[in-house]
Amino acid sequence: MPLNIIVCIKQVPDPEQFDRITLDPATGAIRRAGIPSITNPLDRHAIEEALLIRERCGGTVSVITMGPPQAKKSVEDALAMGADRGAILCDQAFAGADSLATARVLASGIRSLGTFDLILCGNESVDGATGQVAPQLAEFLDIPHVTCAKKITLDGEAAALVERVIEGGYLRVEVTLPAVISVVKGINHYRLPTAMGIMAAAEREIIEHGCSVCEPDSAVPESPTRVAEVFESSLKRTVEMLSGEPEVVAGELLHRLREMEAL
Amino acid sequence: MRQVVIWAERRDGRIADVSLETLRKATLLAKDLDGSVAAILIGDGCRESAEELIHYGADQVWLVEDNRLDLYQSDLYARIAAEIIAEAKPEIVLMGGTSIGMDLAPRVAAKLRTGLTAHCIDLYIETIDGRDQLIQVVPGWGGQMMVKITCPDHRPQMATVRPGVMEKGTTDVTRTGKIIPITPAICEDDFRAKTLEMVKEEEQETPLEDAEIIVSGGFGLYGSEGFEPIERLAAALHGEVAGTRPAFDQGWIPESRMIGQSGKTVRPGLFVSVGASGAMHYTTGFLKAKVIVAIDRNPKAPIFDIADFGIADNLDRIIPCLIEQLENQEYTKH
Repeated sequence: MPLNIIVCIKQVPDPEQFDRITLDPATGAIRRAGIPSITNPLDRHAIEEALLIRERCGGTVSVITMGPPQAKKSVEDALAMGADRGAILCDQAFAGADSLATARVLASGIRSLGTFDLILCGNESVDGATGQVAPQLAEFLDIPHVTCAKKITLDGEAAALVERVIEGGYLRVEVTLPAVISVVKGINHYRLPTAMGIMAAAEREIIEHGCSVCEPDSAVPESPTRVAEVFESSLKRTVEMLSGEPEVVAGELLHRLREMEAL
Repeated sequence: MRQVVIWAERRDGRIADVSLETLRKATLLAKDLDGSVAAILIGDGCRESAEELIHYGADQVWLVEDNRLDLYQSDLYARIAAEIIAEAKPEIVLMGGTSIGMDLAPRVAAKLRTGLTAHCIDLYIETIDGRDQLIQVVPGWGGQMMVKITCPDHRPQMATVRPGVMEKGTTDVTRTGKIIPITPAICEDDFRAKTLEMVKEEEQETPLEDAEIIVSGGFGLYGSEGFEPIERLAAALHGEVAGTRPAFDQGWIPESRMIGQSGKTVRPGLFVSVGASGAMHYTTGFLKAKVIVAIDRNPKAPIFDIADFGIADNLDRIIPCLIEQLENQEYTKH
């Protein structure tokens, strides 16, 4: 059975360079200028899973993102991987949206794309890292969700069998479609865009919507949470450096640890 | 009376540690609010666990039992929890940030149209503009920043709690409280997502969270003998082996042994970090260790800023000495 799959993606600052993020001491605002953006790595696993399912079952793969204008680059990258079409939800009024508001905007955007059978997401983003959007999106679309998926098997016409990771094992979950499923890293190895893919992607459509897409009444959904303050974590200790010949240093360290009953 | 509600997760017939950690935090918050603590317990045959929650500080437990609720069922658990919360109208709802807690809490928050903060490492009450607000502290940007989040105008204020960060309370078997049994109305439509079974993948080792001594290695071991010295040092200390994200990327440790923002948070008595420079997204995973020892080649590595004892030396020189002395002492002791 061909499936219409929608993949939700997010553009994030490169986590390898998070240590370059600083705090403006005057305003308390985050300074992240010059840090390159990438597509959230887990979202690329979600795109890959969608492409694999399309290869097996047929159908279409659409990607959707909410973000600033430059997030379009992530949509283009997904098209270059092989997605059929893309959409970006972009509006000044979406800035600072928390997971609840993001899920509502995405739900409206997804409805505007037409019918769908399956929605895939990365389990969490490397920046916000809440992992909350997928279950909340499912709630606003009134469909079931499964998070932490490490394996998805399509089970006949209208259901998927999912292995979802928990501490010390996994749960086997049968979920009716349409559903929202968020995936973990181990589910697949994602492909990189090829030159052919990049050329083909240039032809494909990217739909753009502002807050007029929001249901009901084009109203921007409210974010219940607020960032009250950001501060640099200061959990420093006073270190005692032990130096000298290694035999002496080792002996001294073990002696001190025993004294403190740490051994 | 203002209420703080927790969802108590059951795993293998007992209350999950993080739920007891969350429960203790809830009792502290309730004290500040002059309120009470209630727990939602969903499962099958878990009255004993309900009593345990009372012994650990809950004033009241909603006990929801049905044999179809033995395993986590996302649709049903979310509906039941949201219905109880909507009726009780608590100030605060807390859930442990396990893989299941992180699945349930967002869906419940969406049903209640309220805010939810993930992976909190601290929670406290502050009065802002005359109203008591829950300050929710989460690590941001790989752990080098801390972010305070509030939910000023919506109730309940909801948060998930990072496992291993907060302390468990103590049990008092003489403590009494109210158990309110609830028989949920369940129909077929409630199983759109149906958990069929739980498959356990046996972990041979002690879970890191329970280890008293942890020896953790980083990329600095590259080019020497890899992880073998770490394993020998851990064995000599009777501790557990762990590592940084780069150590995991090198294939030296499994994901279950990775420390930090994207891995485990631990609070052992002794944490020995070897060959890791001390990036925040790593150190955030063991900041609450009682004693931290850092060993790294580079005397300027930031790891020394958060350690109690530091040794800046070639790893190939110092580690064998430590192992030898530990093994010799062991020998003399016996």
